[in-house]
Amino acid sequence: MANHSNNTAPEESPVILPGHDFETVTEIVAEIPLSKRFPLGWIGLLLIGLGGAGMLHMALGYLVLKGIGIWGNNVPVGWAFDIINFVWWIGIGHAGTLISAILLLFKQQWRMSISRFAEAMTIFAVACAAIFPVFHTGRPWLAAYWLFPYPNTMGLWPQFKSPLIWDVFAVSTYATVSIVFWYVGMIPDMATLRDRAMSKVKATIYGTLSLGWRGSARHWHRYEVATLILAGLSTPLVLSVHTVVSFDFAVSVIPGWHATIFPPYFVAGAIYAGFAMVLTLAIPVRRFYGMESLITMRHIDNMAKITLATGLMVGYGYAMEAFFAWYSASSHEKFMMWNRMFGPYGWSYWTLIAINVVMIQLLWSRKVRQNTTVLFVMSLLIGVGMWLERFVIIVTSLNRDFIPASWGMYYPTQWDFMTFFGTIGLFLTLFLLFLRFVPMISIFEVKMLLPQSKVKADHAH
Amino acid sequence: MKPMHADETDPKAHRSMSAPIDIQAVRARLEQQGGPQVWRSLEAVAETTEFKEYLHREFPTNASEWLDPVGRRSFMKLMSASMALAGVTACTVQPTEMIVPYVRQPEEEIPGKPLFFATAMSLGGVASGVLVESHEGRPTKIEGNPDHPASQGATDLFTQGSVLTLYDPDRSQTITQTGEIRPWGAVIAAIRGGLSAQSATKGAGLRILTETVNSPSLAAQIQQVLQSQPSAKWIQWEPMPRDNARAGARTAFGEYLEPVYDLSKADVILSLEADFLASEGASNLHYARQFAGRRKVDESADNLNRLYVVESNHSVTGGRADNRLPIKSSQVETFARAVAQHVGVAGMTGTAPAGSEAFADAVAKDLIAHRGRAVVMCGDSQPPAVHAIAHALNAALGAAGATVSYLPTPEIVPSEQHDALRELVTDINAGRVQMLVIIGEANPVMSAPADFKFADAMNKVALRVHSGLFFDETATLSHWHVPSTHYLEAWGDARSFDGTVSIVQPLIQPLYGGKSAHELIATLSDRPERNGYDVVREYWSASAAAGRSGETSPKPAVAAVAGVGGQAPSGTAPAAVAATAPATPAATFELHWRKWLHDGFIAGSAFAPLVAVVAPDVATRITASAAIEGVEINFRRDETIYDGRFANNGWLQELPKPVTKLTWDNAALMSPSTAEVNQLQTGDIIAIQHDGRTLNVPVWITPGHAKDAITISVGYGRTKAGRVGNGTGFNSYALRGSTAPWHGAATITKTGETYQLVGTQDHWSIEGRNIVRSATLEDFKAKPAFAKQMEHLQLDKRISLYADKEYKGDQWGMAIDMNACTGCSACIIACVAENNIPVVGKLQVSKNREMHWLRIDRYFAGNLDTPDTYYQPMPCQQCENAPCEVVCPVAATVHSDEGLNDMVYNRCVGTRYCSNNCPWKVRRFNFLLFQDWNTPQFKLQRNPDVTVRSRGIMEKCTYCVQRINAARIQAKREDRSIRDGEIVTACQAVCPTEAIVFGNINDPNSKVAKLKASPRNYATLEELNTRPRTTYLAAVRNPNPALPSNAMVGGHHEATESHEPSSPEAGH
Repeated sequence: MANHSNNTAPEESPVILPGHDFETVTEIVAEIPLSKRFPLGWIGLLLIGLGGAGMLHMALGYLVLKGIGIWGNNVPVGWAFDIINFVWWIGIGHAGTLISAILLLFKQQWRMSISRFAEAMTIFAVACAAIFPVFHTGRPWLAAYWLFPYPNTMGLWPQFKSPLIWDVFAVSTYATVSIVFWYVGMIPDMATLRDRAMSKVKATIYGTLSLGWRGSARHWHRYEVATLILAGLSTPLVLSVHTVVSFDFAVSVIPGWHATIFPPYFVAGAIYAGFAMVLTLAIPVRRFYGMESLITMRHIDNMAKITLATGLMVGYGYAMEAFFAWYSASSHEKFMMWNRMFGPYGWSYWTLIAINVVMIQLLWSRKVRQNTTVLFVMSLLIGVGMWLERFVIIVTSLNRDFIPASWGMYYPTQWDFMTFFGTIGLFLTLFLLFLRFVPMISIFEVKMLLPQSKVKADHAH
Repeated sequence: MKPMHADETDPKAHRSMSAPIDIQAVRARLEQQGGPQVWRSLEAVAETTEFKEYLHREFPTNASEWLDPVGRRSFMKLMSASMALAGVTACTVQPTEMIVPYVRQPEEEIPGKPLFFATAMSLGGVASGVLVESHEGRPTKIEGNPDHPASQGATDLFTQGSVLTLYDPDRSQTITQTGEIRPWGAVIAAIRGGLSAQSATKGAGLRILTETVNSPSLAAQIQQVLQSQPSAKWIQWEPMPRDNARAGARTAFGEYLEPVYDLSKADVILSLEADFLASEGASNLHYARQFAGRRKVDESADNLNRLYVVESNHSVTGGRADNRLPIKSSQVETFARAVAQHVGVAGMTGTAPAGSEAFADAVAKDLIAHRGRAVVMCGDSQPPAVHAIAHALNAALGAAGATVSYLPTPEIVPSEQHDALRELVTDINAGRVQMLVIIGEANPVMSAPADFKFADAMNKVALRVHSGLFFDETATLSHWHVPSTHYLEAWGDARSFDGTVSIVQPLIQPLYGGKSAHELIATLSDRPERNGYDVVREYWSASAAAGRSGETSPKPAVAAVAGVGGQAPSGTAPAAVAATAPATPAATFELHWRKWLHDGFIAGSAFAPLVAVVAPDVATRITASAAIEGVEINFRRDETIYDGRFANNGWLQELPKPVTKLTWDNAALMSPSTAEVNQLQTGDIIAIQHDGRTLNVPVWITPGHAKDAITISVGYGRTKAGRVGNGTGFNSYALRGSTAPWHGAATITKTGETYQLVGTQDHWSIEGRNIVRSATLEDFKAKPAFAKQMEHLQLDKRISLYADKEYKGDQWGMAIDMNACTGCSACIIACVAENNIPVVGKLQVSKNREMHWLRIDRYFAGNLDTPDTYYQPMPCQQCENAPCEVVCPVAATVHSDEGLNDMVYNRCVGTRYCSNNCPWKVRRFNFLLFQDWNTPQFKLQRNPDVTVRSRGIMEKCTYCVQRINAARIQAKREDRSIRDGEIVTACQAVCPTEAIVFGNINDPNSKVAKLKASPRNYATLEELNTRPRTTYLAAVRNPNPALPSNAMVGGHHEATESHEPSSPEAGH
């Protein structure tokens, strides 16, 4: 284990680059939240993010004032950008949970450098996603609580057969567990910040957030147990949340929605989109914060591989959808598939195939996986591709279903775009704040990767 | 919706906006209103344009202008006006209003229980009997009068829509003289003044212009005026007058007779552009009932009739044709001649237009084979010659007395209306007219043939008085405008197609203090202040005393007035021939009067059929007209706004036109091949040149339209219709001249511009699916259960994830006979009126957000030039395994134990999941606040038994659950079960063909259960196993085997193959 990194094949490069000790790791990571500097680039990006968040507020405010009609939704296309964006954001979140929970259980050490901000990404993505199920309803002021089972004098309960209710439980559980997991994982680092803080204010804030962490053996023991339990709790969520989200479609009778392949296909798609998003975030972050030694090419390479693997699963899903359409012998299914490919929204299907099936084959090449610029562009395109996947599933299935007389086209309005880009702005804002005020890399976990800690560990045994 | 800025651009409006309030006028107005009227400001009473504007904008009506991006431009303007005027209202102390129960309860008036009153609505000079539902004195819904011969319980869509016009806030509400408010007394004074100036010349300078009058009492009143002013003239003007039919009858019979058909006896019908099932003629409801009676095949397949339609436009009737021949309107004459020659009408020769020889041949053979059981009908749009040929054909086929009888016209004094109007314009231009009184909705400034230049002429008259429901285009050119009463507000009487007289009784006090036509005509008589009730009652008591039930006009008067037409032939219409009612002594008159009012018509007042002999030399009397070379333009009444008088009716504007499914506009309809030749797409604006006039109109491609012909409906493009109708569509009256009122030669050029036309159904094709199923008569005879055999999968229908429900007791279901439905769309308006369905406006319709709970899906099958048309009314299917119910997260749509899919509006949060999961997409979502919550008039109109929905919630057809509940309460009170037929849904009630049947499917003897047992019965999308309660009876067509016909639809093999070759684009 100790010299594992030295004598293996080239692609098994070290998890972190040599030359670090406990002090440098702490220095690099803790310096960012504790410094007094606000880099211009950060401020510039934050302003963009805040602009987007402000636009989101405006769009949602007008939405509540006027109604869903400001969007392009109609009958037959009752869901459009709202649910596309919801599924897209929820999917993105999945990578964070996968990294922090499943890879933890599988003892994948390379996860340590990226888990913190992947989890942050999860939480912010879920926050963005959660906006849509509430605000896409006709009467959000009621939907906000009527979908929860709360005791009331009228004896009214939600309708538990509806997948939307399952969604409520799935997403709220997911959000809760993710936040708790993220926060628990941060406690030791908060204590580090507290200890290094130069100003009283910072020391107080980080001190409060560290919940009295002193780093005692008992603390560490409790911490390890809590993390394991939370990881155990999170692991099924990685699979269940998007499975339940896919039920929104699979449970219906609409051709293009009513498909048994949806749960695995959605989960694979979520992880695929999520890892692409982690790449989108990690590549610039490691560059601008000089973290190439902590988030190494090994990480990038591994993530690209997972993206490729899950992307292939998604491609298999597309193939199966087409196969089912033929094999089912249902003329409605056949027409649906045919309409997806050659109907008025055919461009969206072929763009999706071009990205999610054709483009990702580049990831077989090690050269591509080592080229961060190409990877960054590809990861952005995968984001687009996965958004289009939901567009294809939702809009092209609804716009031409059973009764030709009720077919209708859907066209988004400015408010649809403002809401969508607004959530991206919100996400950007939250993420920038996270980068600036919270240790973006788990300091104590990365330290465990250092040779120094290995020595001690070996000695201990 | 297009912006409605007419007021802003009108200089007159600006003038009156700045005009100071005329205190005197306000006082007079208050006095005249009488009673404890609440007024809140001088502006309110004076009803200044400014104040009206304020009201209007504060409470955006029906068609939500706010949603229109262009409309928002005026936002700041309006807000500042509102702010400024808010202060004005604040100063007024609101008087205390007491809420007390009736001290003396009106007889039979039980709050919460509607009363029904019989009356009649006239349109185009013919009346139909109606029963009006009244809630605490507010008429809310119109039903047909089952005992009335013209209605038989059904109504058309105009009658259904008319109740909205009653409450239209844009109706004119004050008497004005060139924009200044005046009391009624001033009108009388002005008219008396005008009359006294005429006394020397015995009224030589007086002209009265009315709509076609079918009111005996009004006609008598006018004739009295004409007796005291013998030189005066009375002009009747209907925007699309029936002059051709009159002239044709005169040619054939020597006198004006109305052919009345008995389609129940007709095995073969040939329609020469006669849209007898919907838009045309005196009695489409009656004909539709008879026609549908002959499409019922469950008892005997031989009952099925055969309909041939020869027409240029694709009409509603054309959609029901078994064999349809689209040819130019001007070619119909040669076609008719060819048939006549073949049938053997003496002296008639002709060759059918190229390509239609086989059709003419087959039709003629079929007609001959059904001698005595065949009938030929001719449309108003055809020239007199074709009418004459049709009469001759009917005579030759032995139809007279069998399938057609001849009656006098319900018009009291028939006249050649084009000629009369032309004479009026000539007189005015010659300076012979000093006083012009225009009464009714004829709106000649808008609707007169363009070559008359009526507006120019009208300005030359010294005294111009207009009375109408709206301050319309004619009102703007008049000195005086008197708001008139709606037919639900005033007393009157009216004749229907067979002469049956109805007393028109008001349901409500005039909302805006209007004056009826009777009251206005009275001002011209020596008893100027009589009210309408007295006039009508006196007329009938006098007539009863004299033993007459209809005509009072002495013969000479008829001749004199008919002579106004200028060319009235010697044999004037035998209008005075009428059935007589038993002479009634005055004492018993009250009893009779009450019975007439109660029944809605005067029993025995129908005309007796006349013996009509076609002149033997009819062939030589008619002159052949040549078919139009090149492009032909056809003018037609609009299918939803009639001649423009319903332009401000949001319900009718938004109603998809039955064949095209176009809303909120008219367009140049043309066949796909003509569009192809001219490289046109739907929405391309073309310039139509006709008779030296040009109009730019967008194209709407219509399969089945005749080649090289375009059809445009009239009534659109109005500037003074009101806020809903202004600026919708294109004014084709501006193109239409007197020489070619129905069709003429035109040239079209592409302008390169486009215009957004909005329809509710973009897709023509049925994509080979088995939603609609049909068979030919032969196939039906061989396989009566063909519809069931067209099922895709014979699955075990009892497979379900959820436990089966047990359905005991009353279980509601509906059966819709696709063989009866004509697609007339009256049911949609009935549903709108019954269920308080909002109007959303053109912009929202363009986004597929129309709110109609019931839609009529229209599919074309076969080739693009001569397609078969299928209409499928699509209400909620009320599935037993409803896919909408299981996906609702808050249980806002739930199943009742009577099998209904109930919507709980209060519980709905609006996820729209139910709509997504509805295979029929019949659910409607309030994407915005579509309902008008503020306009007080609309509050009066609404059905109090149906919740008014707000924004953000889903709604859909309920099977008129309020009617079910009312019947259940009644049954419980009487301790019995609900009888079959006791519950009639709104769509069912209005249907002239009885295509929709509702009832208890658990009762094997119910009508609906029997229909569902028919071999033709099938459920749409049965393979989804949702078990719809709404099922359809497959269509059986009866095309002539000798002619090529399209394949029937719904077959299994088509369903699996057809979508491959046709791209999704191809259907559009």
